Parts: sequence; structure tokens; C-alpha cells
Amino acid sequence: MLIDVHAHFYHDRTPRADWRERNASRLRAGERIGVTIHVASVLGTWGRTSPVYFPSPPDLQYGNDALLALQRAHPDRMRGYVTVNPNYIAHALGEIDRCRAAGMIGIKLAASRRAHDPLLDPICELARERGLPVLHHVWQHRRRDWPGQEASDALELCALAERHPNVHFILAHIGGGGDWQHSLAALRVGGGTRNVLLDLSGSGADGGMLEGCVEAVGVERLLWGSDLTMDTAWAKLRYLTHLLRGPEVEQVRWKNAARIFPRGAFPSD
Amino acid sequence: MRVDVNALLGAYPWRRVPGTSPEALHAAMDRAGIDEAWVSHLPSFFWRSPGEGNAWLYEATGRDQRLKPIPAVHPGRKGWEEAIGEAADHGAPAVRCDPTYYGLDPAGAEMRVLAAACGAARLPLVLAVRLEDGRQRHPNDTASELPAAAVRALIRSDDDVRILVTHADRALIEEVHFGSTPEEAVRLWWDISWIWGPPEDHLETLLATVGVDRFVFGTGQPLRIPEISLAKLDLLDLTPEQRAAIEAGNARAALAF
Repeated sequence: MLIDVHAHFYHDRTPRADWRERNASRLRAGERIGVTIHVASVLGTWGRTSPVYFPSPPDLQYGNDALLALQRAHPDRMRGYVTVNPNYIAHALGEIDRCRAAGMIGIKLAASRRAHDPLLDPICELARERGLPVLHHVWQHRRRDWPGQEASDALELCALAERHPNVHFILAHIGGGGDWQHSLAALRVGGGTRNVLLDLSGSGADGGMLEGCVEAVGVERLLWGSDLTMDTAWAKLRYLTHLLRGPEVEQVRWKNAARIFPRGAFPSD
Repeated sequence: MRVDVNALLGAYPWRRVPGTSPEALHAAMDRAGIDEAWVSHLPSFFWRSPGEGNAWLYEATGRDQRLKPIPAVHPGRKGWEEAIGEAADHGAPAVRCDPTYYGLDPAGAEMRVLAAACGAARLPLVLAVRLEDGRQRHPNDTASELPAAAVRALIRSDDDVRILVTHADRALIEEVHFGSTPEEAVRLWWDISWIWGPPEDHLETLLATVGVDRFVFGTGQPLRIPEISLAKLDLLDLTPEQRAAIEAGNARAALAF
């Protein structure tokens, strides 16, 4: 059993002419790696009619519908996060319940609003009520604003997590760019952030990174994922088999994910 | 046979990196099934006289059948020509120069003279585009990345120079390859360490468009884990001949060009 907690798919209203090939490539690579379930999100129209990290409500709805369609087409290997923009809070809350009812199992927050902003509180409160984990895009140590996104870093996500101790938050792609040691330090000191788990995805797979993740949060808070690069994800999984004992690898492969997603989300439940 | 043309020894100034000793590199090679590694001295990327790291590199690799030295040459330092002769004497498969780390114009007169000297000595020249993801570099780590224009300029500057570029991504490779004549492009090799696999499939695309013969196995270890480059290849549908070419044959061809 192997659960990819950070996958993406595309659809016909994105700027990419090769969207079908990319979707097929992810599924094909997943078969080779042994991915059982891809837990994916779609960020609106990926920039075609609203920005990737500031998707408009109509684009969010289209993207979520596209993901639901994919989930229906591949019920045995695909699950979805409902992506929302906290700036449109009423729409976000409605979209979460709509997509949850249709089978989605988590909430995706990207970079439309800083993680510690109070606007996120109603979303997190609904996540608690519905038992949904929140995957939050993180820039590993945001030392300035980057164009195109209102990115958050680990400190800001931890502040949100401390306000919502009964919600599981997934700190996205520790290998996804920025100073990952800054994020690990934030998680290491935070006794109040036991509800933040680390997603190992991202193109970065630095020497020492995985040892640092294990040391900072322990095996029980690590989740395997790929994001945009499945080669680095597979490489990290292979490295972990040397670094950890067999039962610990199983925790990272799927057991930790099965613990935080709604019961019955995966075949093992 | 698997040859890693892009391995490093020695400490990195911008963060603690485990596994920088020859013994640790051996262990990583065993783990990843790598038979031979071409190794560079990492600390001297950042020295005023990078060639001062070569003696240590020769010492570390001299009695080691699996490690081959890639000594550094700074063409702005007096006596640099001797370093090329010394490299040949030590059986180095190539020499390296990293102009943006040394503060040199990457396509300037000094680099062109070095390219010509490498061509004359029949030693490939290794150039790294980067060592780390630009988004994660230390605030004081400000050396620019090697631009595609510099690689184009250097391969055009001498008819005999052979260049091996490491840590290049798809965009840079395409820009240089299709911005070169076929005669120039056949003297360029690219390591696969920084090229994305699925679902973007950059490596698969490049193998189809640029050609299998132009790519060599490299990892950038220990700054990055070597399993990445293995996973990239395992995710492709390569014939045994293609895989062998990337893992060893093309590197050998670069030496015998």
C-alpha cells in the first residue's frame, strides 16, 4: 500500500495543451512506483482564467468538478482534495461540503491568503466538524513575498494549527523550494503543533533532508507524496527503506495517511 | 557498469551535508549500485584559488579504483596551464571550471582560452549550471547560475573542446542544443541529475529530441541523494543498450572522442 498525499491533475481548461498526457503519465508512473491511491488537487484553471494561487470561484468549481470526474473515472486509485480560496469564504464553505458529499476526502489551501489569517478559521472549523485534513501549500522560509502567490511558511502554518488543535494539517512539499531547515526548526520546537504532518514531496531531495525530517517530527508525522516530480518522490521512498525499519517505512507509505484522512477513504480502512 | 560523472567530496559552506568523505561516498555508491564516480572537490568551488584543492583530490582518489578526480582549473590564476597537464598525469577524465562561482565572465576571454586549452589537451571541460535549487540557497550564496549563452559561446569558441554540463534543466539543454550546429552539439554531454521525470517527462522528451547519446548518468551527490537519477531511469522504457549508454557508454565516448 502506497498513498501519494500530494498529486495534481489537469483538465481541458488549463493553459496546457498536453494535459491528457500529463495525467496519463502520472498514472503510468504511479503504476511503476506502486502508488495505490493518488490524493490530488486541481488549482482552478491553473492560470488560464485566474491565477494559479488566486483562483476565482468559477475556476475553483470547474477544477474541483474536473477532479471529481477523474475520481469517478478511476475510483480504485484516485481521491481528491477540494481546493478553495479563503477570500471567498462563503463559496469556500459551500464548496467543501459540496465536494465532500461527492467523495472528496481533504481540503487544499494554496496561497491565496496567509496561513495565520483569521479568514482561514471558518474553513478549519468546518474541517474539524467534517474530519477532513488540510493540505497547505508552504514556502519553506518565506523571506519576502514572491510574485503570483501569498505564500505562507511553517511558522505561519503552525500558528494556524495551534488555533485548531483538532485538525490535521499537512505542511506541503518539504522539498518544494526554500529553506527546509527553517520549516523543520519550526516544527521541532512546536509542542503545540503535533497536528502538523510533513509531506515529503517536491523536486528537492537534498542529502540530509530525510534524516532531518525524521529527527524533527518523528516517523509518525511523515507522509509520502510527489507533487510535480515523481522521480524524486520514488528516490526518497527508496532512501527511506535504508534509513528506517520496515514498520516505520509502512507508516510513511500509508499508515500515517490512513490515520488522518476520513475512515474509509482508502481500501485498507 | 554505472558511472556517476557528478559527485562531490568535502564540506559545503552553506549547510551541513552528511556523507562528504570518500568513505561515505563509497557507502552511497554501494547503496545505489554505482561502480565508479568522477569526483570534484566541493570546498574549492568557493576558494579564490580553486586549484589548491586538487592536491587533496588527487590524494583522496589516487589509490581508489572507483573514484576518478575532476580537478579544478581557474584560468585567471597564474600557472593554470600546468593544472591541465597535471590532470592528464593523474588520469583525470576531465577538468572543471565553474566561472560564476569564481567570479569570472562565463563566456569571457579567460574561459575561451581555457576551452581551447582543454581542446588541445583532449580533456573534456566540466561546467556546473548550479549546485542547489535557486529557491533554497543561502542568502549570501549569490553566484549566478551558468547561462545557456555561455555554454553556446564556449562550444563555438574551439573546434576541439568537449564540454560536459551538469545540473542543467530541460530549458537550458534545449536552448543550447538547438542553438548549436550538429557539429557543435556532438561535443556536448549533459548529466541527468537536474532533469525532471514524470509526470512532466522532461527526460523522456529530451532523449527523444536531443538524443540518447548526449546524456550521461550523474547525481550531484551528496548534496542530493543519488537515488533520484536511478529513479529517473527506472521510470523510462529504455532498451538495455540505451540504458547502458546513459549509465556508462556515453561518458566513455566523451573521453574517447
